[in-house]
Parts: sequence; C-alpha cells; structure tokens
Amino acid sequence: MISFENVGLRYGIGREVLSDLSFQVAPNSFQFLTGPSGAGKTSLLRLMLLSLSPTRGLVKVFGKEAASIKPEQMPIIRRKIGVVFQDFRLLDHLTTYENVALPLQVRGKMEQDYRQDVRDLLDWVGLGDRMHVHPPVLSGGEKQRAAIARALIDQPDVLLADEPTGNVDPPLARRILRLFIELHRSGTSVVIATHDLSLMDQYDARRLVLNSGRLQIYD
Amino acid sequence: MTDKDKPPLKKKHTKEQTERVIPKRQPKPLRSGQSIVPRETVAGTALVFVIAIMTFLACLTLGAVSMVKDSAAKWQNDISREVTIQIRPFDDLEMEQAIRDASQIALAFDGVSKVTALNDKETARLLEPWLGAGLQLDELPVPRLLTVTLNDGKRPDFEEMRKQLEEKVPGSTLDDHRTWVDRLTTMALTMVAIGTSVFLLMMAATITTVIFATRGAMAGNKDVVDVLHFVGADSRFISREFQNHFLIMGLKGATCGAVGAIILFIVLGLWSSSSLATPEGDQISALFGTFALSWSGYFWMIVVLIVVAFLTALTSSFTVRRQVNNLQNYRKN
Repeated sequence: MISFENVGLRYGIGREVLSDLSFQVAPNSFQFLTGPSGAGKTSLLRLMLLSLSPTRGLVKVFGKEAASIKPEQMPIIRRKIGVVFQDFRLLDHLTTYENVALPLQVRGKMEQDYRQDVRDLLDWVGLGDRMHVHPPVLSGGEKQRAAIARALIDQPDVLLADEPTGNVDPPLARRILRLFIELHRSGTSVVIATHDLSLMDQYDARRLVLNSGRLQIYD
Repeated sequence: MTDKDKPPLKKKHTKEQTERVIPKRQPKPLRSGQSIVPRETVAGTALVFVIAIMTFLACLTLGAVSMVKDSAAKWQNDISREVTIQIRPFDDLEMEQAIRDASQIALAFDGVSKVTALNDKETARLLEPWLGAGLQLDELPVPRLLTVTLNDGKRPDFEEMRKQLEEKVPGSTLDDHRTWVDRLTTMALTMVAIGTSVFLLMMAATITTVIFATRGAMAGNKDVVDVLHFVGADSRFISREFQNHFLIMGLKGATCGAVGAIILFIVLGLWSSSSLATPEGDQISALFGTFALSWSGYFWMIVVLIVVAFLTALTSSFTVRRQVNNLQNYRKN
C-alpha cells in the first residue's frame, strides 16, 4: 500500500533528518510509529502523505511511484488517505458537524445521505452534544476527537494519525485506540505516530521506531 | 468489545430513518450557514472597502472623461454647423440688395439649410460692448453679417461659394470658421486623449489594487485551502468555492462604488440644471454643458463594475489554483 526504499530526507543543506528508510505499510495492517521528540515522526508521516518529497530514495503509494503521480491524480490519492494532524487543522468558521462532514461534502455527496453517519460518528467520539459549536470553543481533547472523526468519516484505505491521543485523558485514549483497531478490522491500514508507551502496550502491533533519523522495525 | 464501544462505521441509514430521527435530536442547527470559505473576515471586509473606493474613483474618472468628450463634440459640432458671410459697405453698395444676393448664392448650395441676416438691431447689440448703446448704423460703415446654417453631416463646396460671392457681391467674404474648428478639434482631441489616459491609469491602479488586495485576503485563507486539499478536494472544487466567494465580494464592493458615483453624477446633474440661471451654473454649463452624463457614460460605469467584480473572482481563482497546484505537485513539495 505504501512502500519506502532507501528513502532519505534533508531540509535545505542541513544533515539528513531521515536516512535509508525501507519499509512497507501492508494492506489491512496496524503499526505504531514511535521515537523520541524530534526523531522525525511527523516528517515521515508527511512523506507517507505525499506532502513532502524525499531527497533520495523511492516512495510508492497504492502501487504507484510517487514521483510519477500527476497533480490531477493527487486528490484521488488523498481521498484514500485519512489524516489526523497534530494541530487538528479544523476550520474555525464551520461547526464541528460541518468540519467532520467536509470530506464528504468535497466529494459532492448530498447532506441527507451522510447526515446520520456524521451524527453517529460524532456521538461515538463523545461530541454528540457539541456538533453545533465551532472549534474555538472546543477543548483540546474535543478538537482532537473532531479531527479524528473527520479523518475516519469516509473510511479511508490508510489512516495516518499524528499523536492522536496527545490531548485526551487515558479512558478516552483507550476508546480512540479501540476505534482505530475497529477501523483496522474493517480493512483500513493504520499508522499511529505516538510516543505514548502505555497506549502502545494496550495493543500488540508492529512498531516502527525512529531514532536519530534511522528506522528500526519490530514486527 | 461491547456494542457501545464499536464505532458506527459502515452503518447506513435510509432516508426515512434519517428524517424521523433528526427532528428529535436537533435542538440547534448543525450547519452554521457559512460557505466553506469564511465570509466575515477582517481582510475580506477591507477588500470590499478597497474595491468600493477604487471603483468609485474609476467611475468618477470615467464620468468626467465622458462629459468632456461629449462637451468637446458638442462645441465642435455647434461651431462647424454655421459659417458667416460678411459684407463690407462701399459708397455705392446697395446693402439690402447685396444681402439678398449673398443669401441666394448661399442657399443655392447643397447642404445649406437657411441663411439669416443680422438686422440693424442685432448688429447694434453685437457692437454695443465696443461702441456703446444707441448706435446708428447708417452713420457708420459697419459690415453686415449673414449666418449660414448647414445641414447635419453635409458640407457645401465653400471654395465655390467663396468664388461666387467675390464675383457677384463685392466686398463680401466667407468665413467657414476652419481655423476655429481646427483649433477646437485639436483641443477636444487633446482633452479626450488626456482624459482617456487618466482613465486608463486609474483603471490600471484599480486593477493592481484589486489584485493585491484580493491576494492579501487570500493569504488569510491558506489554511482553508490546505485543509480542503488534504481532505481530497480537487483544484476545480477549491477554486470554484473561492471564485464564487470573491465574485460576491467583488460585486458588493464594485456595486457600492459604481452606484455611489452614479448617484453623485445624478445629484450634480440635478443641481446643475436647477442652477442654470445663476452665475455658478452658467460657469459650469459653459465648461461642461448641462453637466448631464450621457447614457453611454452610465453604461460604461456598469461595465467597470462588472470588470472589477470578475477581476476579483479571477484573481482569487488564479491564486488558489497556483496554491493548490503547488500542493498537488509532488515534485515541488
């Protein structure tokens, strides 16, 4: 689904922040991406999301070499990848409901076709009574859950989550993890970037450990 | 995992179920009524304001140029529709006969509609500023003037008319005002050229200001474009959203500016026509005619309004397309 071969990344003329990365995210797989702060987790996620191109090496997404993907094909690839940003990236002028429904709206779906799905998902992530409010009045944890709901709403083939439990309490973190596990069971490949060891201990999954720009894989 | 913990994925509802459930569970509106592009932003309000001011100034310039052009054309037309025959008196010249002869010669030419001879009273009034009141023309060798009115669009053969007058009416001369017409034409063309240049400069300033103001307002929407891109919106969808939004803003601003200018011209026109008999009104009407803007002037103001609004929409569309293309182009990332 996503494969890296000898991928290296440097910003400008600095040293390589990621070196010789070779791994695959297989279909219907579940993995944690971990490592200390500044190890390059977010950069690696951005490489997987195709919002960064590597300095060297080969990146393939859904069987296509990333460098050969034409700009007009990019939205189709993006629709297969759900992403939870560390800074949430919710649109402040839209309600929580509208933010979560956004991926469906940009695909041209009619509101009456997805309204109940969005409400159910927001109920499940605990935002059932907050769906009419705007993000500026949500707490950090609520924003996190809204961002997760937005990434999941169209059931992507791959879900990339950057510190998805960073702003929530342990019970909700467990619940969000169970959501990701259930999503994985329904056929989605999941990559969760986290440095929360307790979260990783709750589910036996493959671990991609980044340290000083190099990757170690524990299957 | 209990049923409660299971996420509601792959759960589909029929339309009937959705409609049945919503009234009970929707105490507040889910939708804010906002478009995907935020409406009420400081940059957006400032953009509308800038567009309104620039459109107002552009329309004022356009109106002024249009009035100068119309007035110049009117002066030129008025003076070129008349020529003058002057008959100088001689000792043995029968003036009344000479006037009749000259009139007949002039009327024989194609393009002449009428010939009017200034009578003694009119001639005396014409000379009053120089020679004083109570002038007796019989006592002075004052030349007599005949005004020859021409048909619109037709010019008689002045050379032939001049030749016949010199032969048949001694002491007569024909003044076709060519020198004045040429001077006025040059002056009118110069004024129109200057006015058009000023208008073009104003439009260039308006276009540049609108482009930069739009791009400034767009900069505040970069995050919106990023999010739309990452949730899978294609460039056409994103640019359409922004284009529609900025078209409305452009129309708002440009309409305010253009309507403001139109109202100003109407008010000035009404004021000018109501003060025709006053010294100020006479001064203005001497320069601008009746200070009334022609329909074509108002038409071109509406054109300016539309151009500014579409320019705003196109600029936003172009800017957002470039931003989305950068996001979509993997090699540029």
